[in-house]
Amino acid sequence: MTISASAIARTYELDGVSVPALRGVSLTIDAGDYVAIVGPSGSGKSTLMHLLGALDRPTSGQLVIGGRDVASLSPPEMARLRNETIGFVFQSFHLLPRTSAVDNVALPLVYRGLGARQRRARAAAMLERVGLGHRLQHRPNQLSGGEQQRVAIARALVTDPEVLLADEPTGNLDTVTGAAVLALLEELNAESQVALVLVTHDRDVAARAHRQIVMRDGVIV
Amino acid sequence: MRLAEAWRVALDALRANRLRSALTMLGVVIGVAAVVVLVAIGTGAKREVEQQVEGLGSNLLIVVPGRLDFNSAPSVSRLSLSDVEAVTRVVGDPSRVAVTVTSGETVRAGTQSTFTTVQGVLETTPQVFVRSVGRGSYLTSSDVDTARRVAVLGSTVARTLFGDRDPIGRQVSVAGVRFRVVGVFAPLGQSLGVDRDDEVHIPVTTAHRLYGTNRIDGIAVKAPDRERIDELGNRIVAELSERHPDTEFSAVTQEQILGVLGDILGVLTGVLAAIAGISLLVGGVGVSNIMLVSVRERTREIGLRKAVGARPRDIGVQFLLEAVLLTTLGGVLGMALGIGAALLVGAVSPVPAAITWWSLTLAFGVSAAVGIVFGVVPAQRAGRLDPVVALRTE
Repeated sequence: MTISASAIARTYELDGVSVPALRGVSLTIDAGDYVAIVGPSGSGKSTLMHLLGALDRPTSGQLVIGGRDVASLSPPEMARLRNETIGFVFQSFHLLPRTSAVDNVALPLVYRGLGARQRRARAAAMLERVGLGHRLQHRPNQLSGGEQQRVAIARALVTDPEVLLADEPTGNLDTVTGAAVLALLEELNAESQVALVLVTHDRDVAARAHRQIVMRDGVIV
Repeated sequence: MRLAEAWRVALDALRANRLRSALTMLGVVIGVAAVVVLVAIGTGAKREVEQQVEGLGSNLLIVVPGRLDFNSAPSVSRLSLSDVEAVTRVVGDPSRVAVTVTSGETVRAGTQSTFTTVQGVLETTPQVFVRSVGRGSYLTSSDVDTARRVAVLGSTVARTLFGDRDPIGRQVSVAGVRFRVVGVFAPLGQSLGVDRDDEVHIPVTTAHRLYGTNRIDGIAVKAPDRERIDELGNRIVAELSERHPDTEFSAVTQEQILGVLGDILGVLTGVLAAIAGISLLVGGVGVSNIMLVSVRERTREIGLRKAVGARPRDIGVQFLLEAVLLTTLGGVLGMALGIGAALLVGAVSPVPAAITWWSLTLAFGVSAAVGIVFGVVPAQRAGRLDPVVALRTE
């Protein structure tokens, strides 16, 4: 069991008003899982993803990621947990501009204290794996949308995480490119034991997952 | 994150906004350059004054009416040649006593004339002060005893009146009275913009007759050794005070003069450096400002770095290094500019400039410290950013 959430809730304080974004959610993600979190915007699926990715802490409930209770972790420990356990793929890629593909992929390894040579080697191998072995020195603005998302996927996987959290990974891509990116994610999920958690509002995309979690108004329905 | 990696990231960030980085740096550059130049000028002036005072001769006592105090008004000289004789009795060696009575006069030779300082002196002057005659000879004791109308010219005066001709044996007129030139001083050069060769020496007795006075402006005594210089000074002051009960006298040594001048120039240098330091402070505020802008601009990058495992400290260090890099680069450029400006000032103006290691070290240290002080707040702000909020920022 990689992630276990029991009755987690997250309430935001906005100008003194409490806004509940997540109201008691329980779920587990196991190694090799392929889970889709679906729901309309405002249903709390982004909040859930931030919690599952250790970017945020629940207001109440228990959340255990990679065997560690998030409530007991300091910000540096949370950072380490993200670095070692989670890989993020975002809708808008979030690549560093003016930075080569290989250096973008190597970024998480920087925070592991790895030397430049070792980082480059692992990043290059991962780019090879996602089919971008010929684009190592290209910068994000020299790459197509699909290629940029592949770089982002390589970056998420370079640390060998337990969970890959993909937030609308095909949202900024055309249908054909989106399907190819999705196929790549599924392929990586199938051949390694990395769990794939896909946040999407696309029903067709969600239907391909082994398990669907449907959210509405901060709860699983 | 390794420190070397953090430096690289900081350098990249500065390169990405070249113009902005350069302008921000300029504030620090100007501040550091100002500190370096002003301290160099202050130090140079101090050094020059020290050299000049030391160049007067060793173990020198200057006896003047009044006190060596910059608050008291200069008192009118009450000394006369009989006081000089009394001082000579105390010293016990006439060759160690020199006097001066000074006046500004017009000196002519043919159609040429110049306004210069005319000093009435004893024949002992070259021995008491370090002063050598380049051509001809100095005044003799018989010149002084018989109040001969003979003069020794400073090299500037000689050149102005006679050009390339040899002035020895020629006539000059001082305040309308004819003198024969017997010698020309070896040049001393300029110091602090004052031409030290612009003077004429005549026998003190002749000067008294010329000005219709018997006053002595000051007495200088060359003490036999350093150990007894203060004791000798006290005895001279006691003797003079006995002769003039209502007047105060002081006998000051070179060390005392140096001490007072050094204090004044030290304060002056400090004030100048402080003013320059304020501009460095303003430069630091500019750095702080631009770092806050940089943090805001790169909020998404901060969010991403945090998502992939950057600790708050990693982000903080990255921005702090960026600020320190900005100010230390500015500091190095400022030092270069300051050294250049100081050398230029020293070369083209009479103001001397001495670059000291401590001022450079201080300027560099302060610029690095400015980076840390003014970089801390933006860096902390960046480190504490909530990754969820940061990632959402467009």
